[in-house]
Amino acid sequence: MKPRVLQLFAAGVNCDRELRFAFESAGATVTEMHIRALMKTPTALRDFDVFAIPGGFTYGDDLGAGRILALEVEKFLGAELAEFHDRGGTVFGPCNGFQIMVKAGLLPALPDMKVSLTWNDTHHFECRWTRLKVEDSIQHILPAGMILPAPSAHAEGKLVLGNPEADLARLEAEGCIAFRYCDASGQSTDAFPDCPNGSIGAIAGLVSKSGRILGLMPHPERNLSRLHLPDRGAGAWGDGTEGLQFFRGLLDRYLG
Amino acid sequence: MHPDRILDGVIAGVRDYGNRMGIPTVCGTVIRHPGYTANPLVFAGCIGEIPRDCVDKETMPGDHIVAIGGRTGRDGIHGATFSSEALHEESETLDAASVQIGDPITEKKVLDVMMIARDQRLYSATTDCGAGGFSSAVGEMGEECGADVELAAAPLKYPGLSYWEIWISEAQERMVFSIPPKHLDAFQAICDEHEVECCVLGKFTDDHMLRLTWHGEEVANMPMEFLHGGVPQPLREATWVRPDALETPWPQLDGDAIGDLLLKVLGHPQVATKEWVVRQYDHEVQGGTVVKPYQGETGHAPGDGTVIQPTPARPEGVALGCGIAPRPSELDPYAGTACAIDEAMRNVVAAGGNPDRCAILDNFCWGDCRKPDRFGSLVLAAEACLDVALAYGTPFVSGKDSLNNEYRVGDEEKAIPPTLLCTAMAVVKDCAKAMDVPARRAGNRLALIGNTTPDGGGSVASDLLGLTHSNVPHPDLEQAPMIFRSIYAARNAGELAACHDLSEGGLGVAAAEMLFGTTSLGIDLDLAAVSCTSTNHAARLFSEGPTRFLVEVPNDQATAFEKRFAHLPFQWVGSVTDSASLLIRSGDLPLASFNIPTLLQANGTSV
Repeated sequence: MKPRVLQLFAAGVNCDRELRFAFESAGATVTEMHIRALMKTPTALRDFDVFAIPGGFTYGDDLGAGRILALEVEKFLGAELAEFHDRGGTVFGPCNGFQIMVKAGLLPALPDMKVSLTWNDTHHFECRWTRLKVEDSIQHILPAGMILPAPSAHAEGKLVLGNPEADLARLEAEGCIAFRYCDASGQSTDAFPDCPNGSIGAIAGLVSKSGRILGLMPHPERNLSRLHLPDRGAGAWGDGTEGLQFFRGLLDRYLG
Repeated sequence: MHPDRILDGVIAGVRDYGNRMGIPTVCGTVIRHPGYTANPLVFAGCIGEIPRDCVDKETMPGDHIVAIGGRTGRDGIHGATFSSEALHEESETLDAASVQIGDPITEKKVLDVMMIARDQRLYSATTDCGAGGFSSAVGEMGEECGADVELAAAPLKYPGLSYWEIWISEAQERMVFSIPPKHLDAFQAICDEHEVECCVLGKFTDDHMLRLTWHGEEVANMPMEFLHGGVPQPLREATWVRPDALETPWPQLDGDAIGDLLLKVLGHPQVATKEWVVRQYDHEVQGGTVVKPYQGETGHAPGDGTVIQPTPARPEGVALGCGIAPRPSELDPYAGTACAIDEAMRNVVAAGGNPDRCAILDNFCWGDCRKPDRFGSLVLAAEACLDVALAYGTPFVSGKDSLNNEYRVGDEEKAIPPTLLCTAMAVVKDCAKAMDVPARRAGNRLALIGNTTPDGGGSVASDLLGLTHSNVPHPDLEQAPMIFRSIYAARNAGELAACHDLSEGGLGVAAAEMLFGTTSLGIDLDLAAVSCTSTNHAARLFSEGPTRFLVEVPNDQATAFEKRFAHLPFQWVGSVTDSASLLIRSGDLPLASFNIPTLLQANGTSV
């Protein structure tokens, strides 16, 4: 059977098309559900392997990026999502999906740690291609050290921590850092423009200790072909296969 | 208010609305000209895709008139009137209520509902509430049948609106639908799930009358025929005094002065990088942007057209390009308008669009056309639109106008420069064959397609050199379509590796911009090879004659390329090198040489 993905929809979700196409290209079937419908029947999650929250500006990002949908996810889906995860389900979110997961407490889910995403150092929306270095913590998805090119397109992508130094060390020790922004040589960096937001530790994405709750600011679902690359496949941004490789890795455990 | 403050506000508006809607903002430019200081213009446009069987809409008598989305308020009352009036010192305070307040998430929800309802074929027609609000939406949809509207049914933002205000309010995010009674419940259910407000305003009828009621009392009753055909058509006088023909007095510049001028042209507001604007817009959303507004390894090369691949599983795409030429239009409205349309065409062709499957749009912004001289330039521009569209075989499929763009300074009324924005969209048969600007490979040859005219009227260099009046170049209407077709065919045959049209700044800027996407490549450019009736270096490097392209041809394709362009003007003007710099020479005489960071810095990109 194909991996079954449940993709959330809500007011302001706008990266649903490319995320659906990425999952389908990687071999999954995708079902879309509006948050209103899912709040009424959270048990619908039981029929799926992956729960995905696409990017966008849910509820206009009023009160902070993803904040309102995060409250709804936490309050109405929280218990069912915990069971879903315990049963072996995967939760994934790029961009606004990641912001929602962090603010709903799904990531990094370490006790007594304050984590949030705030305005980019440039104080405005940034749309530019970035390179993500794969950390050891997601070796079950992609080879460690590999570079995943993906466009970033966000205004509030700077990861901040309550106790910057101690929390960063703890995120590393617990294996919760999934991706770091890096330069063309693969060296991780928090300097603009390789890192579009000034994120602490150049962190671009987080993963749970289980390895099955994963979110990141950039959009691997917008790198599915050579034609998507800014140099149209000349070589500086990979060969256009890395995005699909990521989604295949994400679904790997459910592919029969 | 300083124009820079207005610009910041415009950018923020496009950014915050477009990004939230999830519509990729892929095309655009910024023009600076003293004539817009007191009357800035903003153009925004959008294209969409639609299933073929949904294209024809027909309002059916008996259908419900249904409005969804935002509520109606006093915002935007007389908005259309305001935008068509001359601005003056008190506009800012007097006309505040004419400005609508946007709410992108309400609009996004309306769009979500529309798409679902369309795919279920639940409505027979729809129109947005643009200028004139309900009055124009219902008036247009009911033109062929008639409509009864109960204005008290419209949900309001706050109480206290009178019925006429509801009828003409231009509050945003409202759409009107014609819904057969049997589909009303299903439509309502979709609105409910997406939390979109929906109300039945009335019914379309078959008596060809427009009837408005307010709590049951009739407040208007008139024939649709009068509403649509009753406007008296005025006769107006148009005059135009053609300025004396004047050859552009290009100065004789030595190498240092040529180099200096190139850097200044690169820094002119019209040529300077707009990447800082474009990066604030999500031009990648929906994952279909396959030729981007800023291109190449570094992402600094400004593209000509952009290409969107709407359905990832299919190879087809659509190329988009714009053209605008207010400086030339001031001197010669006919030639300037023709150049603007030519530029839009060049942009889609340079991106790989098929010129034989291309449609264009016009967008006129003019002064007060009750004044004969303003009207005279409008007539000339309209004639150019007709002639060029027929010559290029490109239908005008839509358009818009905004007149009365004047402002008062004391007793003097000033008009903006005659401004025609042309948008072109062309089919790209296979997105893998789309083209972009950055130079590809050292050793490849560079060809300049088209003849270079020394006419520099309205060019960036003439502005910098203070050459105020001289001849404006005209496109060759017979040759241009042949050039467009040959470029399209050459690309599909693999003869072109990169392509950049020559527009603001001319040949020198085009060559520099082809290097902006790379870090290691260079260009060797020989002005002596350029076909031009003047031997003047500045004329060859900086004139902005239309229908010209700088193309990169792989060595092994040079013969095929020469054969294809045998009957069209082209010159081998240089090659791509590995020098990471731009060398400009005339035969054996070196004129200027700059490395890429110097060129980028002059263009306003920090390196």
